[in-house]
Amino acid sequence: MSTRHVLLGLLAGGPSHGYDLKRRYDDRFPQARPLAYAQVYTTLQRLVRDGLADVEGTESDGGPERTLYRSTAEGASELIRWAGEITPPAPFVTNEIFAKVVVSILVDDAVDPAAVLREQRAAHMARMRELTAVKTGPGVDLTTVLSADYALAHLDADLRWMNTTAARLSTLTAEVTAA
Amino acid sequence: MSTQAREVPAGAPLLAARGLVKSYGRTEALRGAALDLYAGEILAVSGASGSGKSTLLHCLSGIVRPDAGSVSYGREQLDRLPEERLSELRRTEFGVVFQFGQLIPELPVIDNVALPLLLAGVPRAEAHVRADAWLERFGVRGQRELRPGEMSGGQVQRAALARALVTDPRIVFADEPTGALDSLGGEQVMTALAHTARETHTAVVLITHDAQVAAYADREVRLHDGAVQESPMLPQAVSHDH
Repeated sequence: MSTRHVLLGLLAGGPSHGYDLKRRYDDRFPQARPLAYAQVYTTLQRLVRDGLADVEGTESDGGPERTLYRSTAEGASELIRWAGEITPPAPFVTNEIFAKVVVSILVDDAVDPAAVLREQRAAHMARMRELTAVKTGPGVDLTTVLSADYALAHLDADLRWMNTTAARLSTLTAEVTAA
Repeated sequence: MSTQAREVPAGAPLLAARGLVKSYGRTEALRGAALDLYAGEILAVSGASGSGKSTLLHCLSGIVRPDAGSVSYGREQLDRLPEERLSELRRTEFGVVFQFGQLIPELPVIDNVALPLLLAGVPRAEAHVRADAWLERFGVRGQRELRPGEMSGGQVQRAALARALVTDPRIVFADEPTGALDSLGGEQVMTALAHTARETHTAVVLITHDAQVAAYADREVRLHDGAVQESPMLPQAVSHDH
């Protein structure tokens, strides 16, 4: 996910400071990898450097002084360009599970590739149960449901691939050991 | 008589299958399958097509008798019970949902859902009140007068859940209950089933090949070639001390 564009999107509603942006980011994307404060501030500084955001001023509210940021006209048009751009489908994702299966075949009897797939499957299922519990919890909002659904669909895709691979392990083993 | 089976010692499974073997002609559907089902848990049984999932469900619910092996339900052994007692259990203690609701097409939904109660001798007025409460719970009371053919697939499945639960069973057996639905319809059916089972402490055996459906369960067993595949031990989501 492009943190700079999401922060620009959050700034589209009006000037905001780093702490508030982080809080709103976490609310909007509850299942995403949590955003560190340091990353928010670094990203804001880069947006300013690139002319996509500007410092609006500071506010203190009796507490420590906070820098307010706002989006510029260039920031607004960059945001529209990014949001309208097709995200490239990524067919050649790094597949660590596949790498482990192949390595297990290569090391012969030391690691059982079928067991690798079974245990990975159990771990995936455990995570899917957690996500299902999150999305069916009491009073849950649609943002959370859709974020969990996204993660569930991807874990499900991994599982389907693992099932197909498990069913074809003997052919794969013959191919890998012959090479 | 039906209370007999309800006496399950603390920590013991409600339903226990051991060494189940079942063949159809030369096809061995089950080859020594074993599992435990505890009171109030949702157990997913997954596996590829032809792995024996449906045959296992039929043996566990007393619909078919295994060629060998045993199924214990409380103090009773299903594989040895007379047909009369088996059908009484299926009417009163077990509820069943299939991929296609299998509601009676000629009857309005309210009569379909009330049917198990009517068969058990509950007066018609009371049966309808109880059936209405279940239709309400599954969000299809507005369709009570419709025939199954006049409803969407998701509505039919939710009505089928109402019919499976109307007798307050201890166990619901669900065979691919979302298999004929789109993903949103399936999600609504699974959410309704999981919430209700947890609220009413009803155990569920959920047959599915779909991991996203299996994820509604507390745990999962996987069938492979008619036997339960060993899985690594993982923390359980439910305690088994009730």
